[in-house]
Amino acid sequence: MSKYKMHVLVCGGTGCISSESEKIVKNIQECLIQHKLEEEVQVVQTGCFGFCEKGPIVKVLPDNTFYVQVKPDDAIEIVEEHIVKGRKVDRLLYKDPGSKKAIEDSKHMDFYKKQMRIALRNCGFVNPNNIEEYIARNGYYALGKVLTEMTPEQVIDEIKKSGLRGRGGGGFPTGLKWEFSRKSKSDKKYVVCNADEGDPGAFMDRSILEGDPHSIVEAMAICGYAIGADEGKVYIRAEYPLAIQRLQKAMNDAEEYGFLGDHILGTDFSFHIEIRYGAGAFVCGEETALIHSMEGERGEPTIKPPFPSESGFWGKPTNVNNVETFANIPIILLKGADWFRKIGTKKSPGTKVFALAGKINNVGLIEVPMGTTLREVIFDIGGGIKDGKKFKAVQTGGPSGGCLTEKDLDTPIDFDTLVEKGSMMGSGGMIVMDEDDCMPSVAKFYLEFTEEESCGKCTPCRIGTKRLSELLKKITSGQGTEAHLQELRRLSVVIKETALCGLGQTAPNPVLSTLNNFEEEYIAHVKDHQCPAGQCTALLQYKIDPETCVGCTVCARVCPVNAITGERKKPHSIDQKICIKCGSCYDRCPTHAIEKR
Amino acid sequence: MSKIKSFEELKQLRKKVLTHMDIREKGDHIEELVEVRVAMATCGIAAGAREVMNIFVNKIADQGLNNIVVTQTDCMGYCYAEPTVEVRVPGKEPVVFGKVDEEKIQKIIDQYIKKGELLDGVIPMTHKEMED
Ligand SMILES: Cc1cc2nc3c(=O)[nH]c(=O)nc-3n(C[C@H](O)[C@H](O)[C@H](O)COP(=O)(O)O)c2cc1C
Ligand code: SF4
Ligand code: SF4
Ligand code: SF4
Ligand code: FES
Ligand code: FES
Repeated sequence: MSKYKMHVLVCGGTGCISSESEKIVKNIQECLIQHKLEEEVQVVQTGCFGFCEKGPIVKVLPDNTFYVQVKPDDAIEIVEEHIVKGRKVDRLLYKDPGSKKAIEDSKHMDFYKKQMRIALRNCGFVNPNNIEEYIARNGYYALGKVLTEMTPEQVIDEIKKSGLRGRGGGGFPTGLKWEFSRKSKSDKKYVVCNADEGDPGAFMDRSILEGDPHSIVEAMAICGYAIGADEGKVYIRAEYPLAIQRLQKAMNDAEEYGFLGDHILGTDFSFHIEIRYGAGAFVCGEETALIHSMEGERGEPTIKPPFPSESGFWGKPTNVNNVETFANIPIILLKGADWFRKIGTKKSPGTKVFALAGKINNVGLIEVPMGTTLREVIFDIGGGIKDGKKFKAVQTGGPSGGCLTEKDLDTPIDFDTLVEKGSMMGSGGMIVMDEDDCMPSVAKFYLEFTEEESCGKCTPCRIGTKRLSELLKKITSGQGTEAHLQELRRLSVVIKETALCGLGQTAPNPVLSTLNNFEEEYIAHVKDHQCPAGQCTALLQYKIDPETCVGCTVCARVCPVNAITGERKKPHSIDQKICIKCGSCYDRCPTHAIEKR
Repeated sequence: MSKIKSFEELKQLRKKVLTHMDIREKGDHIEELVEVRVAMATCGIAAGAREVMNIFVNKIADQGLNNIVVTQTDCMGYCYAEPTVEVRVPGKEPVVFGKVDEEKIQKIIDQYIKKGELLDGVIPMTHKEMED
């Protein structure tokens, strides 16, 4: 047994590394040596803790002390106070956003309490560069078991029984996909891991690859055995250098230990993995486009069928799964399908990883059992809305999804309920909006994204998204009419029905769902030429309330275009023809006499 | 590293490396474990708190006591009785032991932790723990 008394985990995810977490590791190590404690305390660089916004994170074990926003210079205090004297460094502890109290350890943080980590089980826990830590966490055990004790059919049966559904967005039953791939007859088959992750703001797949790359290597080998493939490809965007580096290291180590390559664990099964780099186009995440891109062709989708499991990479049966889907495989085979089925909902067993972002207190990466409600995610784990503002909506499913509102807060989240509510799971982006967010502008943001990302192959998507985004521009700049709203709807339906691939088919969703949930906001824009959320600059008017104005002249002095006039100690007024809507006066008025409408 | 050539070999390697993660696994389930908190204040360290901690950790390792975890804590305010340790058994009130030495440590493990019997040298809790 090791003689270490404490482990100090330092986050080595992309977020924390960019704020010098590697220097923290170095400083802690040096300081430990000074105190002759290097034999007693182990310093470990891990993957992401999911709490990136408050990074760099340092966690001390076994007492679970959770330090946030640690700077390299804080290393000394952590060692001299906490490690030497057992005194936690108060100022570095996480403060509860509600009570403002420092929280002693991660077990008491609301952010972690309701989470259940299956796909992220090793992220922020093991050193991703150390294969033996993965093995100590039962890594490659599932592979060993599968190769020696199970037939491919039994593996597929177990995955089918678990009810696992694809986490890349579609929610297709994974076991069934594997079965199709197995049944396709061919001399050559491929396993592909989709790590393209194009949804803006999403980083679950990146975090898994950075924090637990071996789980993906192991799962791909298992999949290869199950479907009868000896070659795997990971399609990953080139903008993920750290994930690529860790995955490559994991593949090398796995080969050295005999978990990849020829005759794995002394059996007849051989499996090799290669990394392919994507250019980062959103559409390349669509499986047929991804395969074309790997073949060196343009990353454009083609009509399905044939599905990749029949004819994919170089026309051979190809099983494409998402990173998070794969991350679930080893543990399902270790703990059994029945264990997995008990988690989550009947039709969507297991958990889902979400990237929580927007106007929320705890921004980060979370994993919850399916069936958790939006309220729990946003208000318990997420710590509620920033600055005490009012919740307005949450966008799930990224540019393909829709927004959900107050009335949906108690809906248990799973693949099917989200679709029923007019949104979708997508890859797990979750952007929270408050009362200051303007919904037509939100729709415009997503449509500008899809317009830009449309590959241009089919007309409904190429022209249609352009028209939608033009209409939204008109509406948010005060040139919209009621006819435009009808046009938005009509066009959306046409695009959904006629576009070739998922990108185009889902692109209108943000428009339709904001139109359905916030029609009055659109009407306010086109009829009254007002933006109720006060976001659309072109529609804004700054006005001084003569009752509240005390005539202090501050506004008149800050106005860059001299639009404000008025005598000292008398109500001032703004000349709308001159005002450029910069908002300076609004920000500075001491009596809040200036309204923005 | 030479290649692992069978599932059996993998199981053996797993057994060997399992302890690497010990501290972390225990931290992850700390609420289910017996926690021994060693007071590490200035006087505690002078009185040999670090030594006490080492003895605990070694005994736990040697005797394979996977249900016990050792952590450190700040001054508990019992200078006269250092080194002190606080033992927290899940579901029970924490108990503080003073003037702990090797012999006492073995007694704490054998009698208090394993059998639930109280022994001499228990310091009455002058203050209740605030946090729970
Ligand atoms: C426009 C578009 C983008 C997509 N992007 C991704 C992606 O980034 N990652 C991913 O895993 N799946 C993505 N998909 C879904 C894939 O086509 C495919 O369904 C998925 O990789 C299958 O894996 P799964 O069954 O494990 O989810 C995208 C689909 C569409 C239509
Ligand atoms: S729907 Fe859009 S992205 Fe998909 S094939 Fe057509 S143009 Fe390309
Ligand atoms: S800053 Fe406010 S109170 Fe002062 S003159 Fe302008 S509107 Fe009136
Ligand atoms: S919004 Fe800017 S330009 Fe308009 S009145 Fe205020 S300070 Fe002047
Ligand atoms: S990168 Fe450190 S918490 Fe995410
Ligand atoms: S300094 Fe001795 S118990 Fe606190």
